[in-house]
This record gives sequence, structure tokens and C-alpha cells, in this order.
Amino acid sequence: MSSGLKTIAASLAVGAALSLGLGGAIAAETPKKGGVLKYVVPAEPPSFDGHRETTFALIHPIAPFYSLLVKVNPENSSDPTDIVCDLCTEMPKATDGGKTFTFKLHDGVTFEDGAPLDAKDVKATFDKIIFPPADISSARKAYFGMVESVETPDDKTIVFKLKYPSSAFIPALAMPFNFIYDDAKLAQDMHWYEKNILGSGPFQKADRQAGAFIKGTANPNYYVKGKPYIDGFEAIFAKKESLRVQAIRGDRAAIEFRGFPPQSRDDLVKALGKDITVQESDWNCVLLITPNHRKKPFDDVRVRRALTLAVDRWGGSQYLSKIAIVKTVGGIVFPGHPLAATKEELEQLAGYWPDLEKSRAEAKKLLKEAGIPEGFKFVLNNRAVDQPYKIVGTWLIDQWKQVGLAVEQQVQPTGPFYDTLRKKQDFDVSVDFNCQSIVNPLLDVSKFISVEKSGQQYGGYSNAEVDKLFDAMNRTDDQTAQREMMRKMEKIVLDEEALGFITMWWYRIIPHRSYVKGWNISPSHYLNQDLANVWLDQ
Amino acid sequence: MYQYIVKRLLMMIPTLFGAAVLVFFLMRAIPGDVCQLRLAGTGATFDPESLRLCQLELGLDKPLVGQFFAWIGGFFVGDFGTSMWTNQPIVSEISLRFQVSLQIALMATFVSIVISIPMGIISAVKRNTWIDYCVRAFSIAGIAMPSFWLGILIILGLLIGSQAIYGVPWMPPISYVPIWVDPAENLAMLIWPALATGYRYSAVATRMTRSTMLEVLREDYVRTARAKGLVESVIVNRHALKNALLPVVTVIGIEFAFLMGGLVVTEQVFNLNGLGKLFVESVSNHDYTMTQALVMLVALIFVMTNFFVDLLYAWLDPRIRYS
Repeated sequence: MSSGLKTIAASLAVGAALSLGLGGAIAAETPKKGGVLKYVVPAEPPSFDGHRETTFALIHPIAPFYSLLVKVNPENSSDPTDIVCDLCTEMPKATDGGKTFTFKLHDGVTFEDGAPLDAKDVKATFDKIIFPPADISSARKAYFGMVESVETPDDKTIVFKLKYPSSAFIPALAMPFNFIYDDAKLAQDMHWYEKNILGSGPFQKADRQAGAFIKGTANPNYYVKGKPYIDGFEAIFAKKESLRVQAIRGDRAAIEFRGFPPQSRDDLVKALGKDITVQESDWNCVLLITPNHRKKPFDDVRVRRALTLAVDRWGGSQYLSKIAIVKTVGGIVFPGHPLAATKEELEQLAGYWPDLEKSRAEAKKLLKEAGIPEGFKFVLNNRAVDQPYKIVGTWLIDQWKQVGLAVEQQVQPTGPFYDTLRKKQDFDVSVDFNCQSIVNPLLDVSKFISVEKSGQQYGGYSNAEVDKLFDAMNRTDDQTAQREMMRKMEKIVLDEEALGFITMWWYRIIPHRSYVKGWNISPSHYLNQDLANVWLDQ
Repeated sequence: MYQYIVKRLLMMIPTLFGAAVLVFFLMRAIPGDVCQLRLAGTGATFDPESLRLCQLELGLDKPLVGQFFAWIGGFFVGDFGTSMWTNQPIVSEISLRFQVSLQIALMATFVSIVISIPMGIISAVKRNTWIDYCVRAFSIAGIAMPSFWLGILIILGLLIGSQAIYGVPWMPPISYVPIWVDPAENLAMLIWPALATGYRYSAVATRMTRSTMLEVLREDYVRTARAKGLVESVIVNRHALKNALLPVVTVIGIEFAFLMGGLVVTEQVFNLNGLGKLFVESVSNHDYTMTQALVMLVALIFVMTNFFVDLLYAWLDPRIRYS
């Protein structure tokens, strides 16, 4: 083995060990105080208001300024179900038949300006998110359909009353965008937080240069004593991926929290050896294929089933993962979550059969039955982004060619791409994606419910059975029943009706400078970003 | 002369108005809008009502003609509006980027002049010698190589070279610091893009200097000067160069204006927070107000540069008199 390959193998082993939780000994190192963490962010946030925006570009530079009520466990961030208190003192047990959750808040929490943070602030925050005034945009209102009211019996207690028991509630609360705001500022102007930053998190805003960077310094009054470990951070906006890779190589930045393709990982490992550490994880983002049910012949279930049967997901996973940020074969639920299908369950679904020849023979038969001639042409609408859209699109064209379809790829910049999906609706088949922050499958699968009920289902179909299963899953806290209903929904969506298809789940690769410690990868580039636990071994 | 200046200034108004009409309606012809990108572009689930509210808040539901006159009316009272993407005042968003672009443009122009004028003169004077061939090869290479590609090579060269020599890879800073805050850090960042763009820029100017010098050196008055026994350096520098510079000044002026708003890819390669990068981002974000303001700014820079170049002609050649 060449020295370069040895270095890559060694670093990947370290990364894999960390991802698999074998990094306990490393995590147990005594954190050092001091230093400034510099990291690159691929985009700049449109505003500073977490309640309004949906992009990770807001989370990476802004989340360190804020506290949440609950959050994903930073010590165990690879587990999508491990949710712990941030501002609350103890995770509550549901009462009133699963319909009431009572949280107690920490003492001594203050905002950056010295104002105390109490239950009124938490209530004002969640009222803005869940019950916004008519002229206020709240991107995640739909996640809280189960909430009836938010009450504050006293300054340290906050009570959420639900309309029905729902397992989706706690994950929804832990979404990283739910920054706790000052009720006085919200009372003064509901738009105040769009242009201003004022939180109670581990860091305070130090400086900002529009389009260039946001800097934070450690909050001396942070309620978790001894944290944060670093003196501050600098989030540098750098759109070009090659520049972000070079910035880590040249130590102008220590890390990029979104994720790099495999080739960039290998380049960094080859150039920096032991100075780079790689963490990898399944990613709660997935590329979908959406046939346009409004157009012939895609209104025919036989054609849709043939399209999914033609795709070799198991094989594709092996070779695409070498060049693109996709890897894991899965169903409609994030792989690894208790509600996700096992490999055996997946293999029962069309397009996941272990016998590829049988699958493609079935696809050809269905196409013939549907009257689709050999060499039938259609256009695959795709987004003009390399990773992983164009790569997966090109791969799909070859997959469909195996069953006699001649597919042309039409790539469009993001604006026109979404205009095609949302307004024009004139595409044949389109690539689409679902990318969520917290892993909350009960709500994440809303992508597949009827078009009248989902704002993000672009296939244009309606299916009462799917809607019924979705509603029922969300109105019970019995996980066995949820799992059973999820399998039924998955069978309808991916197989029986082939309403839409999953290609592969994304795979998150974070190569970072080895002196960055205390940060653990999570299944989403939105999670575990308050930087309170990060320290620099320099 | 005074009348000419006033006339030229008045003629800028229809030019700028035409640019305003074009950019306003062309931007709206691109499918999609800023709200769709902001909410749907991340692939996350969002409340559909928030999309409608966003469009309402930005006035995208209003008739186009009304939007146009509201925007153009703002210009007359000095209100350039707010960015549809960041909701921040456009003036503050542009001012810092303008500063970066201006510094780069000035540095690249300086590099270009320092390279192009002497090389163009030497090439013309030493016509068809090996020196001339070398200069021509150097300038053709500069035209052939895009500056962003040269920029990538520079960064990779610095990373690989520094690692080979010092054992630690080094690259230019990626975060801008104004020159009055930290001159060393500022120059460490900007010198490389200035060299990359200045080289390309100099290649055009070198070729122009060479060809105009060749023409001028064949003029009768140069022959007369030689017949009078003047030394060659005086003939070239005092008598020929000033006349040869007229088209060179035009080229340098146009290139300067281009650099102010056109370093789209080079700015991304070096992570320069300039107008070019802002331009690309505002177009891809469908930030109509920001794109419109930037187009107007660049149009203004172009017409003003042309105007000053014309005035410079009169200074360079006293025979030129505007009326």
C-alpha cells in the first residue's frame, strides 16, 4: 500500500471510529480553554430570524448565539432520538394521557443584554412559531399542528397542551431553529430578530461584515458554567467548494460543517495526514424521483413502477458513494431510526429486490403492458447542482436505459427548477429532495401525502389511504402501531402505487483539522451547532 | 468645454434609464422568485402560508409597472431600497463590497500599467527581435488564460510550494480586512487576485501599446525628430508615447470599469467580498432590488469612466477640443 493510501486508510479509520462511538476515550480528553474556531459556511443567511428561515446557512453562524428549550444530545449527536434539555432542567414525562408536557427552566439564564430569560420568553417564542400573527411568517408552524396551547403557570414553568398525543412533538421542539427570543423585543417588533441578534447561548455577537463573516465571543454569563471552551468563533462565508477545501488545507479554517464529497475528503487526508480527522454519518437528506402524475404516461402506475424497478439501488450505493455524497439505501424513513425499514423489509419493495435481473424483467414487462415502446423518450428535470443532483441524475439515465428508456436530463438553476416544480408543473419526471433538520419521520414523510395537504409534494397526486395512515401515525404515541402504519404507507408510496421514489440517502463527510475537539457529527448539518462543547487542542 | 461636460452628463440620463428598464423587466422574466428560493430551496418542510406572506411582504403581488415606478422613484429621492434577500439597506450592503472591488481594480490597474506600458514600448522599439517575440508570447498567454484559472493555479501553487518548503501549507487569507485596519493582512489577501487580473488586463494593454507605438513611430514628425538628431529615448518617451497612449487609455478605462463589477469568478476563487460576488449571489437568489441596484451602479461606473476617458483625451492631445 502506498504511503498516501495508508494515510487515507488511517484517517478514515479514526473517523469511522468516532462515528461509531468508539471515540469515547478521545472525547474524555480534558478540554482546553481558549482559541478562536474559524470555519467556512457555503452561504450567507438571508436574515437572522431562525423562526422565519429554513437554511443551514442561518444555523451555522447564528445558532451559537441562542439557547433552545431542548436539543439533540451533543455528546451523542449521532443518535437521532436522543433529545436532552438545553434551557429546561429535566426532560418531562407526558401527563394527561400524553397530552401535557411541563418543562421547568434553569435559574440564572440571561440574555446578552442582561435581561433575565424566563417562561414568558419561552412562551412568546413558541407562540410566534406555532400561532404567528397573520402578517408574520413562521416556516415551521406546520410541525406543531398537535399543539393546543402554551401556558406559563409561573416564571420558571412552561406547559405545552396538545390536542392529541403525538410522538412528533418532542422532536419538533428540538428543531435547531427554535431560538428562544426575548418577549420584550417581540412585543416591541415581531420583525426585530430578522435584523438583530440577541440570545442567551454560549456566544455573543462580536462583529459582522455583510457577505464576509460573522464573529462571536464567548458569553461570560452563559448559564452552563465552564462553557464554552473557546474564546470565540469566526464563521467565514465561502461559496466555492474548492476554496472551502483549500481553506482547511491552508488552515484558514478548521472545519466546514455541511459536508464534502469523497474526493475532497481524500485530497485533504492525502495532503494533511494526521492533521486531519474525518467524521462520517448517514445524512437526513434524500434525493427523490417525482413522476408527474398530471402527465401521460406517468399517470399510469405500471409506468411508475417500471421506473423504480429499473433502478439498481444496492449496486449504485457502492459506486456512487465513491464520487458523490450519497450512500445509504433506505425507504421513506431516515435509515437507522426505529421507524425505518430494515434491509429485509426494504427487499420486499419494488426497486429494492435483491435480484436485479428479475426486477428489470418486470420493469420491461410493465412498460410493454402500458404500451410504452422501446426507446421511449422523456425528460428528467434536475437541479443544476453537481453534488449529488447531476451525478445521481446521470446515473438514473443509465439505469433507465437498461429497460429501454431514452431519458434526457434538463438541468436548471435552483430558481427555474423550483418554478418548474411549483408553478409550471409541466415536467415529465423530476429529481426532488427532502432535507430535514431534526429526524422526525412522522412529519418528514408529509412529503408523500396528497397534494391538497402537502405544500411540498410536486407529483400532483392524491391518495386517501396515505393521508389516513399519516394522520393516524401522528395521533398515537404507540411506536409499534406507528411502525406498522409506516410500513403500510411506505408500501403504497414506493411500491403498490409508486407515487414517488427514493434514490439514495445522502452521506455526510466532515474532514476537519485534528485540533478541533468536542464536536460530534450528527445525521443533519443543522444539528449540534451551538459550539458550546467545542475546544481546540492547540 | 463646459457646455460639452453638461451635455455629456445630461446624455447619461437616457442611458441609465434604458439600463433600468432592461434590468427590471429581464429579472422578472427569469422563472422563480426570491420567496420560493428562500423557503423551498433548502428541501425542508415549510408552512405554505409563509410563502404567500413572504411574497406579500416584498410586494411581489403588485403590478409590475407599479413596482417599476416605485423603484425608479426611490432613486430620485436617494432611496435605493432594501435587499429582498437580506432585508438590509442596499446602500450598506453595497458600500463594503464597493470598497473591496475598488481596491482590487486600482491594484490590478496599477499592475497592468506597470507591466504593459514599458513592455509595449520595448516590444515596439525592438520590433521583430527575440525581445519582441518574448513580450508577445507573454501577452498572448495573458489573454488566453482566464484570470480565475490563473487564480486557482496561484492558490494551489502557494499551498503546494509552502508545504514543500516550510512543511506547512499556506494560502492567502479568505476574510477581508480593510487596509487601514491591517495593511499586511489586507495586502496578503488582495495582492494575488490583483496579480492574476492585472496580468490579463496588462496583456490587452501591452498589445495595444505596441501596435499604437509602431504606428506613431512611423509618423513624419518622429522621422523629423530623428533627423534633428534627438536621442531615441527622448523621441520615444516625450514625443511618441503621449500620442500612442490615446487608445491605451481607452482600453485601460474600459477594463477598469469592467473590473469594478465583472470579477465574478475571480472574486469567488479568492473569496473576495466584492461587487462581482454580490452580483452573482443576488441574481441566483432572485434578489431583484439588489441586482437592479448593482446593474445601475455598474452602468454608472461605465458611463462615468467613458466620460473621464474622453476628458483625458483633451489633456493628452491638446489638438482635441470639445464643443
